[in-house]
Amino acid sequence: MPKLSAKSATLLVLAALIAVTPFFFPSGYYYRVGALIFVNGLAVTGIVILTGYAGQISLGHAGFAGIGGYACALAPTHLGLHPSLAVVLGAAISAVLAWLVGRPILRLKGYYLAVATLGFGILVAMVLNNERALTGGPDGIAVPDLGLRGLLKDWGLELTNGQFWYFFCGLVLLAGAWIALNLHQSPTGRALRALHGSEIAARTVGVDVARLKLQAFVISAVYASVAGSLVALQNKFITPDVAGFMHSIEMVTMAVLGGAGSVLGAIFGAGVLTLLPQALTVLAEYEQLVLGLVMMLVMIFLRDGLLPSILRKLRGTGE
Amino acid sequence: MTLLSVEGLGITFGGLKAVNDVSFKVEPGEIVSVIGPNGAGKTTLFNMISGIYQPGAGRVVLKGEDVTGMRPDLLARRGMSRTFQNLQIFQAMTVLENAISGFHLREKGPVLADLLNLPASRRRSREAREGALALLARVGLDRAADREAGNLSYGSLKRLEIARALAMNPAVLLLDEPAAGCNAVETEEIDHLIAEVAASGTAILLVEHDMKMVMRISNHIVVLDHGEKIAEGAPAEVSRNPAVIAAYLGTEEGADADG
Repeated sequence: MPKLSAKSATLLVLAALIAVTPFFFPSGYYYRVGALIFVNGLAVTGIVILTGYAGQISLGHAGFAGIGGYACALAPTHLGLHPSLAVVLGAAISAVLAWLVGRPILRLKGYYLAVATLGFGILVAMVLNNERALTGGPDGIAVPDLGLRGLLKDWGLELTNGQFWYFFCGLVLLAGAWIALNLHQSPTGRALRALHGSEIAARTVGVDVARLKLQAFVISAVYASVAGSLVALQNKFITPDVAGFMHSIEMVTMAVLGGAGSVLGAIFGAGVLTLLPQALTVLAEYEQLVLGLVMMLVMIFLRDGLLPSILRKLRGTGE
Repeated sequence: MTLLSVEGLGITFGGLKAVNDVSFKVEPGEIVSVIGPNGAGKTTLFNMISGIYQPGAGRVVLKGEDVTGMRPDLLARRGMSRTFQNLQIFQAMTVLENAISGFHLREKGPVLADLLNLPASRRRSREAREGALALLARVGLDRAADREAGNLSYGSLKRLEIARALAMNPAVLLLDEPAAGCNAVETEEIDHLIAEVAASGTAILLVEHDMKMVMRISNHIVVLDHGEKIAEGAPAEVSRNPAVIAAYLGTEEGADADG
């Protein structure tokens, strides 16, 4: 039997999970939870490229999610763009902004970079909160319908709102994972992982370190932006919380908890951290406490992240 | 035209002259060794030539171009490659990927092609992979190709680093203690490899503590002590030079004699 490449295996597992899990949903509500996991998974896949591949940290990526989200709210009403084109516009704005912001701040390392990106995220959230005339301020703003579900209905495929967003976000996540996995095995991906391993050695083999970090930053910003757009379109409403500090932290935590080095691991982390709060609601006021404890324990005992650690256990101690 | 010419190179760290007014030349296919006691400034000199430190004085001229203090990735484009005394391996990558990374300048292309896995991107990857496999075979690591580099023995990693540097097909290769920490068999293998690379026309600039190896393979030796060049010449001349002997044995008068 020909050996399955890691890329095909990851995509197959992901596609199977997306296709099969709905058969076990007790109610339509779970389509919504699933779609949320996929959107978070998409944003976190961007973090895998930035943090898992290139070893750079960002605590401000929710800022790009905010840009993607508000592009879907504002571009259709003010520019007359179709919501699908608003997603593209948001991604383009995020890419340009990431390039402009990344040039000076990616020279920084470690916690200096973390604080600088944090500042960027806070800046975006502040603008969204304060420009009431345009953004509606902290109360948020309505987002027009994507219209794709109606189109599918005309073609004879009738889905509930929950089902539509579940499968649509699932497909976008698959595409995002495919791109991230392509990158991993490509010359650019190797150069990113090389500069992660040893910046000085990467330089001596000719890697233009500043340029490659910037590329990773821009690509991951586009992921966050598209994820933000999907949240906005799905909820038909958006508030500045999408760009908030907590959302940035959430992205990084999901990636690290699941295993920032692997796409599947990070998506798994997104799933766990999306589901866990829902499962822990039975604990009422202790929910946050237990959540924090779980995160600490995973980092102490399974430092490579949940999925890589579990896979290693499954393969046995042979390795 | 001289391949690599180091002219009056110097650097000062907090008032201390770590390297002062060092000059020498390296021609194609030549093996030039830089020797000297611990702390003589050999690695500092390497770091200045390879663009990691900005020299405080002097020039580095590569193929007629002034490349003083130029970024390492730009030096790589101009044909300079190096290895490190304290290994700089991409630990989390496989042995093969480490070797492939040496082909970076030839395999890199538009990011979009890489993101979408276009045929052009796949072809670039495949060519680099084939080249890397051939190099791994040359340094005897082909059977470890798919192992994670971090799991290899020290001697193997030393060879992997040389393979990665050779992947660039450099005009001049700087080797910082390639045999340090290797056993006698491994040292001999590295020894042969260096001679072979030089025979193919690549100039080698070598820092090494194994004196037997240095005397055996060098065409030319530069001796540093306290950051200054105290002697230079063929191995036989240098080993007879009183200043050199004094520097290694630590006699004050001897060092002053040439001084």
